[in-house]
Order: sequence, then structure tokens, then C-alpha cells
Amino acid sequence: MKQAKRKKIAQFLGFFLLRACLTLVLAILLLFLYDIGRKGGGTISWEFLSQAPRKGMTEGGIFPAIFGTFLVTLITAILAVPLGMCAAIYLNEYARQGRLTRLIRLSIRNLSGVPSIVYGLFGVILFVNIMRFGTSVLSAGLTLGLMTLPWTITASEEALKTVPNSYREGALALGATKWQSIRTNVLPYAVPGMLTGTVLGLARAAGETAPILFTGAAFFLPYLPKSLGDQFMALPYHLYIMATQHHQIEQVRPIAYGTALVLIVLVLGMNMTAVVIRYRLRRKRR
Amino acid sequence: MKKRKWASLKESAIRALFLTCGILAVLVLVGIFATLLTTAVPAFKEIHLSEFLLKKNWDPTSPEKAEYGILSMIVSTLMVTGGALLLAVPIGIGVAAYLSDVAHWRVREIVKPIVEILAGIPSVVVGFLGIVLFGPAIAKIFHIGNGLNAVNGSVLLAIMLLPTIISISEDSLNAVPQAYGEASLALGASQWQTLFRVKVPAALSGIIAACMLGMGRAIGETMTVLMATGNARAFPHGFLSSVRTMTANVAIELGEVPYDTTHYYALFAIGLVLFVMTFIVNLVADVILRKYQEREQ
Repeated sequence: MKQAKRKKIAQFLGFFLLRACLTLVLAILLLFLYDIGRKGGGTISWEFLSQAPRKGMTEGGIFPAIFGTFLVTLITAILAVPLGMCAAIYLNEYARQGRLTRLIRLSIRNLSGVPSIVYGLFGVILFVNIMRFGTSVLSAGLTLGLMTLPWTITASEEALKTVPNSYREGALALGATKWQSIRTNVLPYAVPGMLTGTVLGLARAAGETAPILFTGAAFFLPYLPKSLGDQFMALPYHLYIMATQHHQIEQVRPIAYGTALVLIVLVLGMNMTAVVIRYRLRRKRR
Repeated sequence: MKKRKWASLKESAIRALFLTCGILAVLVLVGIFATLLTTAVPAFKEIHLSEFLLKKNWDPTSPEKAEYGILSMIVSTLMVTGGALLLAVPIGIGVAAYLSDVAHWRVREIVKPIVEILAGIPSVVVGFLGIVLFGPAIAKIFHIGNGLNAVNGSVLLAIMLLPTIISISEDSLNAVPQAYGEASLALGASQWQTLFRVKVPAALSGIIAACMLGMGRAIGETMTVLMATGNARAFPHGFLSSVRTMTANVAIELGEVPYDTTHYYALFAIGLVLFVMTFIVNLVADVILRKYQEREQ
């Protein structure tokens, strides 16, 4: 009897502890979002979003950084999305289980664990020095693109896996070639899922700082990049500068908070769009 | 007949295109390693490898004698990573256990996307919050002048690792065969005993892999530690001292170092050390996870 009671108390305390863990995690997230939302919200205005920094970056807006982040993410997407999709099509549709496939999969898993600063070093050598793109938005975008590649491959493969085999067999039975069956009976059903997974990867790339530190991000530019060979300002790098490198750190704190809020809204906005689309797709399929 | 030949030629060309994209992943990984290696090698004309790895002093710009020891940075990285795991592993396993076994399915459906949001916060934003939120709090709690130190970095990294640890641990807890839990309950064990004496041990390899993956991320994380740990070059004396990790050192110095100097190559050598460390950690995690999944099938 006594033992049963002790067991009950242990279970009660144990579950309480687990609940406390969960509450703690949620509280931290809430604290993050609340602090940035409250202190950053006061800085946001049309002027802040649409104008360039002025007076040694102590006044004005962050438009060049927003523009730069969009531009660099676009280049990232142009490199990583098609390559990622093609690699996924190979792995899921063409490849047979074998040594080569295992090697490719192992490489992909390891690539996603390579530190972002190491991608930055690789970008410096490959794109800035060897390919002579210089420190530019092109070099930075390509570096981020390589970093995003393992994520887009994995996401695209997941989407391909959800297409039932009978779709492929149906086309093949009617005399279609492999590629015809993929193009007409697999891709139309997989592409929306591929894209949502890809958007999640791009959102992460848009928030990265370390890979662009030495490949093209600029401290301050009075103009927008005119070509792919120009340097650019980016939101994450701008936040880093405003938080640690500026000579009047306390005075520019509101700008730093505003930048953090814009960055979070951008990244989480992309995330949520992808998650909502994925949810809708799943429901439609049922 | 000719048409058919053309079609089969087209098919093989398309296949070759997709194959090339697949092989690209291997090429990038090998390329990263080869690039780091070839760029790091010139550094060792001037630096002895044992001096590089085992000496504490890093002072490449000293006018008298340049010193290239990265031991302080390695220790700093391991300290911050260890602290982060100490915090994130118990909490992460707790949340995973709660979600997989205790929580109502509706709670789970709501909480899982929220945890994903946490994973989506850019590291530079986390670092910023380390400066404005955690720094002052840590300074107050420990009565020190400045809260930018190893503790701050560990706390922030722990928060960043939680989503990884939670989601993979939860997956492996869910993969434990239901019969295990049922048998334990039938023998009179409580739900709590079943959870922590039967299910968690059964899922242990997956949980360990989750922690290894988290460790790999913590070692390689740059912006958060760069912003929150103070970056002093001295050998760390404890968790309240300001530390400079390997990643932070590369981020700080690569922008200012002149091209084609020993210092420049030495920074790539640090990158190589980082690459090798994370590669090994991730590979071990991978092997554990694969073995585990094979057993499942």
C-alpha cells in the first residue's frame, strides 16, 4: 500500500518535472519574441524600412540591408533549388542501392553538419579567389547556395517519396520512358512539397551571417549593389555590426532591435508560409 | 527506328544530368576538405604542428615573436559546447519524453511547430539577445562587471540545440515498439517507471545520436559565441571567464589579416581542425542512427 503511494508520488513529481522542462522552453521562446517585438516594434516605421542609414549609421533606415538579403537569397535559390531537386530526383528515381548511392547520401548528411564558417572559408578560396568573383553578392550567394544544397536535396527527396509507386508504374505500363513518367506522373505531385521544403532551407540561409562575412557583405554602402560583382549590405550582418562593432553602441541599440525584428519576421514569415502550405497539401492529399 | 534511338539517347542524357547533380554533393564535401587542407599546409612551414595544437598562446601579430598556439581556443570551444550539452540534454530529453508519452496529442500538435520556430531563429539574433538580455542578467547573478563569458555562450547554445535534441529524441522514443511499454505496464510498473526505465533505455542510441548531432552544431556555431562570450584570448580559467572559441577567432581575424601570410594560412588551419572535429562527431552520430534504424527494420 505504502509502496503504491510512493509510486504515485514519484510519477506525479516526475511528470511535473517534464512539464516544467517544456514550460521553460516555451517561456524562453516567448521571452525572445516578446523582447524583440516590444523593443524593435518602436523603431519600425515606413522611413526605417525604405531609407538608407544616415549620419554614420546612427539614423535612417535599413533598406539597403533588406534589399541585399533579398538579392543574396535569390542567388542562393537559383543555385541550390534546381541542383537540389535534380540530385533528389537522381537519388529517389534513378539510383539503385549501391556503393555510389551510399557515398552520396553520406556526403549529404555530412555536408549539413559542416560549420557555416567553414563554408565561408571555402567560399573565400573557391569563389572569391579561384573563380575571381571577388568579395561580391555573387560569391556570397553561391557560398550560401552550397550550404543550402544538402537541405534542399533532403527536402526534395522527402517530397518525392510521398508520390505512390503506382503513379510511376501506370505511366511505364503505357509505354512511357522513365523521364516521361517522372515528368508527367511524379513531378506534378512532388513539386509543391519540394518547394515548401526548399523555402525552409532558404529561410535558414537568409538568416546566416558567418558564410557571408568574408565573401561579400559590407559594413556600410551608400548605394545599392548595381551588379552581381558589387558588395552588399545584409540584414544579419547589419545586426552584428549594430550590436557589436558600432562606435556608439548604446545609441544605435534601437536600430539593432529594429533590424533584429525585421530579420526575424522575414525568416519566420518564410518558415510559416512553408509550414502552412505543407499542412494544406497534406490535408488535400487525404 | 531512328526516332527510338534518339529517344533513348535523350533518356541517358537526362539520367547523366541527374547523376551529375547527385555526385556534386560528394564533390563539394571533398572540395571543402581539399581546399582547407591545401590552404592550411603553407602555415606549417613556419609553425610546428605540435606547437599549433598544444601551445596556449595565440599572438600572430606580435612584433617580437609571433605565436600560433590554439589550445586556448580548443579548450574554450569544448567548454562552451560541454556547458551547452549539460543544460540542453536533460531538458531536451525531458521535453521529448513529455511530448512522446505524457502530452495529449493536441498539445503535441501545437508544441512541435513552436519548437520548430525556435530552430528558425537566426544565430545572429540569438547572439544579440545574449548581449542585451542574458549578459546583464548573468552579470547581476554572479556579481561580475560583464556578462559576456562562457556561461552566456553555453546558455545560448543550449537554447539553439534544444530543437535538434527534442525532435530526434522524440522520434526515437516513438520508434520504441509498443509491446515494451505494454509489457512493463502489465507487470505493474507505473507510467513514469515505464517511461524512464523501459522506453528511454530502449531509445538510448537515438537519444545519444541526437546529442552528438547537437554537439557538432555547438562546436561549429559562430555568430552566437562570437557575440556573447567576450572573445578574450587568454586561457579560460572557468565558466565565468571571457573565452574565444575557434569559430569566433576565425570570424574576428580573417577580415583583417593580410593575404598570403602565415597568419592567413593558420586561420584556414583552424578551419581544418573545426571541419575534422565536426566531421568525426557527425559521422559517429550517423553510424549510431543507421545501426539503430537497421535494427528497427
